[in-house]
Amino acid sequence: MRFLFHTGRYFLFLKRVFGRPVKHRIFFRQIIDEIDDLGVGSLGIVGIISVFIGAVITLQTAYNIELPIIPRYTVGLAARDTILLEFSSTIVSLILAGKVGSHIASEIGTMRVTEQIDALDVMGINSAGYLVLPKVVAMVFINPFLVMISMGIGIFGGWMACVTTGVVPSAEFIYGIQYAFIPFYVLYSLIKSLVFGFLIASISGYWGYYTSGGALEVGRSSTRAVVVSSIQILLFNLILTQLLLA
Amino acid sequence: MIEVHGVYKAFEGVRVLKDVSATFETGKTNLIIGQSGSGKTVLLKSIVGLHQVDEGEIFYDNRSFTGMHDKARKGIRKEMGMLFQGSALFDSKTVEENVRFPLDVFSDMSFSDRRDRANFCLQRVHLENVNNLFPSELSGGMQKRVAIARAISLNPKYLFCDEPNSGLDPRTSIVIDNLIYEITKEFNMTTIVNTHDMNSVMGIGEKVVFIAQGEKGWEGTKDDILKSDNERLNDFIYASKFLKKLRAEVNK
Repeated sequence: MRFLFHTGRYFLFLKRVFGRPVKHRIFFRQIIDEIDDLGVGSLGIVGIISVFIGAVITLQTAYNIELPIIPRYTVGLAARDTILLEFSSTIVSLILAGKVGSHIASEIGTMRVTEQIDALDVMGINSAGYLVLPKVVAMVFINPFLVMISMGIGIFGGWMACVTTGVVPSAEFIYGIQYAFIPFYVLYSLIKSLVFGFLIASISGYWGYYTSGGALEVGRSSTRAVVVSSIQILLFNLILTQLLLA
Repeated sequence: MIEVHGVYKAFEGVRVLKDVSATFETGKTNLIIGQSGSGKTVLLKSIVGLHQVDEGEIFYDNRSFTGMHDKARKGIRKEMGMLFQGSALFDSKTVEENVRFPLDVFSDMSFSDRRDRANFCLQRVHLENVNNLFPSELSGGMQKRVAIARAISLNPKYLFCDEPNSGLDPRTSIVIDNLIYEITKEFNMTTIVNTHDMNSVMGIGEKVVFIAQGEKGWEGTKDDILKSDNERLNDFIYASKFLKKLRAEVNK
């Protein structure tokens, strides 16, 4: 019953979020601020995780295919496809669900319990639209860029691992990452990142917006935002993979 | 003038307001008083439309607020200013940005005019040289004054104050009360103040509505209060032993 209640309320909330925004000048300035806050502010963690996971994927692949009949460039190919298909879109989005999702839910939740949202409502401002729509637009816009940056840094991390450990010659790895390249994999990953960006911002905004109580409830909303966003990312990952790759 | 007719409100089956009717007059500081949990905040939030009433009607200068569709309500909301219990200033904005916010959203004034208006409102609440500070850098009393400045920035017809003195020392409370009173007179607003502070009642209570257990228990002026023989009202006003003793001595 609670699942149905939240699902119904989430869609009603979305209707309010996509209601008429405040003045366009203010709306666009908010989007720029959110892109800076949510997107540019996440570059560091995306970069660090991508370089290390890219390196680990490469090393694990190399150590698990040591058969002489399998060419060494396969390591580059496998690392590339793993990063393009799954790591950079899904895993990075799961990490962002933790970082950005908790940030959005706690920010809006705090505004709720300190009556700042009531203040917006009394002024006649569509508070859901004013607070959440710029975040949704910013995340949908910036998430594909974060994913593309993650792809580049992840592959670079794999190459660094090859160079520093000597597990695969650099030339073989570079040949592998160019071998049998399917451009649609990048598009598939970017489509997923758009959907995941929307899910992270809207679900976290929903949990923050309907916070009631005090500091403890803000913490709970933040946790729920991360958990629900992560589950939805996994669910939509499955659905989109079946739709786009089948 | 704001009129409340037969308002009922319940939360999850628990009745919080029962058949509350009252009239709040223009150009006066109208006070809603009552114990904590008596329903006065729910009444105030119902009047401003933050809660939907279950039954009853609310009129703003003979315009039915409860029967209005959202678009018309928005029009009335632009005529409202509200001071919240915890000030409800936007943490991420400076003092000037907070006061300018309603103007940024709703007015077509140029930036310099909006800034001038914000400065005027800040000066009106006796705040200067705080424009670039953030709310967290201000004292509780200063935050309340910024909230008043924000509430009056659009020159509202109706001002609502939810426990404006909570968390303030007695001297600062008097400053805030006097500000609310002066602004009400200066801009001829219909002001409703929610409070349980008896100093406020005796200081600025031109019209007082007493709420007890969700019902209107009494209505009158600050001068009528002292002569009232309403038992529930007297229990609330003379709750402390000191005041009870004082009253007994006065009555001798």
